[in-house]
Amino acid sequence: MNAVIRYFKSLLLIELLKGMALTGKYLVAPKYTVRYPEEAIPKSNRFRGLHALRRYPNGEERCIACKLCEAVCPALAITIDSEQRADDSRRTTRYDIDLFKCIFCGFCEESCPVDSIVETHIHEYHFEQRGENIVSKQQLLAIGDRYEAEIAAARRQDAAYR
Amino acid sequence: MDQLLSLFNTYTAEFPTLWMTVKILLLPIVPLILAVAFFTVTERWVIGWMQVRRGPVYIGKGFLQPFADVFKLLFKEIIIPSKSNLFLFRLAPMLALIPAFAAWAVVPAGDGMVHSDVNAGLLYLLAMTSMGVYGIILAGWASNSKYAFLGAMRAAAQVISYEIAMGFALVGVLIAAGSLNLSEIVRAQGGNGGIFEWFMWPLFPLFLIYFISGLAETNRAPFDVAEGESEIVAGFHVEYAGSAFALFFLAEYANMILVSFLVPLFFCGGWLSPFPESWGLIGKGGPHWLAVKVAFFAFMFLWFRATFPRYRYDQIMRLGWKVFIPITIVWVMVTGVLVYTGVLVPNS
Amino acid sequence: MSFEVLLFYVLAVVLVAASLAVVTLRNPVHCALSLVLTFFTCACLWLLLRAEFLAIALVLVYVGAVMVLFLFVVMMLDIKSLPDREGFTTYLPAGLVVAAIMLIELIGLMGARKLMQGGGVRDAAAEQGLSNTEWLGRVLFSDYILPFEIAAVILTVAIVAAVALTLRHRPNLRTQDPAKQSATRREDRVRLVDLPSSSGSKQP
Repeated sequence: MNAVIRYFKSLLLIELLKGMALTGKYLVAPKYTVRYPEEAIPKSNRFRGLHALRRYPNGEERCIACKLCEAVCPALAITIDSEQRADDSRRTTRYDIDLFKCIFCGFCEESCPVDSIVETHIHEYHFEQRGENIVSKQQLLAIGDRYEAEIAAARRQDAAYR
Repeated sequence: MDQLLSLFNTYTAEFPTLWMTVKILLLPIVPLILAVAFFTVTERWVIGWMQVRRGPVYIGKGFLQPFADVFKLLFKEIIIPSKSNLFLFRLAPMLALIPAFAAWAVVPAGDGMVHSDVNAGLLYLLAMTSMGVYGIILAGWASNSKYAFLGAMRAAAQVISYEIAMGFALVGVLIAAGSLNLSEIVRAQGGNGGIFEWFMWPLFPLFLIYFISGLAETNRAPFDVAEGESEIVAGFHVEYAGSAFALFFLAEYANMILVSFLVPLFFCGGWLSPFPESWGLIGKGGPHWLAVKVAFFAFMFLWFRATFPRYRYDQIMRLGWKVFIPITIVWVMVTGVLVYTGVLVPNS
Repeated sequence: MSFEVLLFYVLAVVLVAASLAVVTLRNPVHCALSLVLTFFTCACLWLLLRAEFLAIALVLVYVGAVMVLFLFVVMMLDIKSLPDREGFTTYLPAGLVVAAIMLIELIGLMGARKLMQGGGVRDAAAEQGLSNTEWLGRVLFSDYILPFEIAAVILTVAIVAAVALTLRHRPNLRTQDPAKQSATRREDRVRLVDLPSSSGSKQP
């Protein structure tokens, strides 16, 4: 009897119809795909993208060349040279990040005592020439100047959890 | 206007072959190629939606995507594998395409809207669809590639197996209709019962088997072992690139649309309306009804592809020989009894 | 010369050329394809003679099925190892004798028909106002029903015999049974077990 029932079930293609009902349901279901360049999913304030060096509101650069970031960097992407400036404060003369080496772990940002090196939310950038992957201090400061408002906002949002 | 018409008539009378060629180009070929183009993009949409994606949306909102694909394929280089059989390698795509287009000669789009209203139309269709496999076999053999050859062997065995079930299913139709002419078969399904006069009810198992065999004959999912991507890369057309591949693609989709036409013609009343004839305008048959039915069955092709996993090869053979052929033989006999007892009246 | 006659000659030339190619080409796949062309051209000739059922049946059965199987087998062969016309001269006399006998028989047959009917071929279908297919069907299933059924039985016996001759039962062979496999349901294989969640560090 069981065999007969099974026979008729398979002849009536019941299982196939069940499968088609499932795909038919998804045909009209809302779609998950984000049309990326036009739409974007929201980014976390902890997003780790392109690096930047920040300044104090009075225009003085924050970095004091303590080289903690250079020491902590697991990918050895950061290279720092420092000298004494005319006002006897220690400052970097060179702050290079090799973005090909960088793994965007965020340790440099965590280790920085003065919140100078940060990772911004920028992830849409590209290089056209060999060597452009090494970002210099001037470039990093420029990025910081340009996106200071957003960087500060993200840090403020995260401050409650630190 | 009259002058133009008389000029036209003289030309068509003077050069009948030329006029026929123009007619063939205008009526099935160009619309068919356009239909194939939009069928491919519809396939990508439907399968995308069923997988909760969006499908192509960028080139002209997706509507121009097929043309972009065509231009890409046409401008690509045709790579000819070393030690391949050059002549057969080039011949194979054409052999795949010719029967796929030739079969359209006897397919009516509406009452009297057919190129060649021959009496043996059904046999002609069977002959043409069975010839399509040559392109696949030759492509597989001439490529001098193991994967292509495996695909060709699978395709040959599969098409031969399912042709028998397909033929028997059509025997049932021609017993019920009492004619081999496609237009006559459709007319035999007319009457005052509307949808209930169609052959799909008395011949329901044959209807299902014909459609499934049609899937198998066109090497579509879930019977696409001939080009099973996960096992033999792309099967018979693995060595083809550019426009040669485009020809195979065109042939496959033209065959799919052909099957989507034939199932309604044989089983679902062709261009007839599903409502009784006495209901006035809505009960009147016409090409629009056929278009609706064709669209439905074409959509089923896509729905199947998005739903079912690929059959294993030995299961395909079992289904064809041990399930479909016995069922069709039994139901052909049942149809004979139905006609003999007068339940079904052929050529009514 | 009318179009039909011209077409007949063209088809006849193609037919003869293709059938010559079947026996002269070196590559067996090319030979098989020439045979396909031969059948197809022959079907076209029959269409010219208004024997549309026979023509389409020829395409359907021979081109569509038989030759596909032929190709299937021929392609499996390693064609590189075939010798070049070995034994052509040895078999030539026998072949010529067979061809001559066939020619004599054909001529004799044609002469006999001519004597019997006084020329011209009768179109039985057209005389009754039926299409070729319909007429063939009526004749096959009325006047010639017994020979037709006997032929069908003989063919069935041949199929059964071929299967019986080639079927070998190997007792130790382990094979899959697709029917059994596709009849398997989820309930046969999957058992959902309700295990109690581990309750802390309690020892049993």
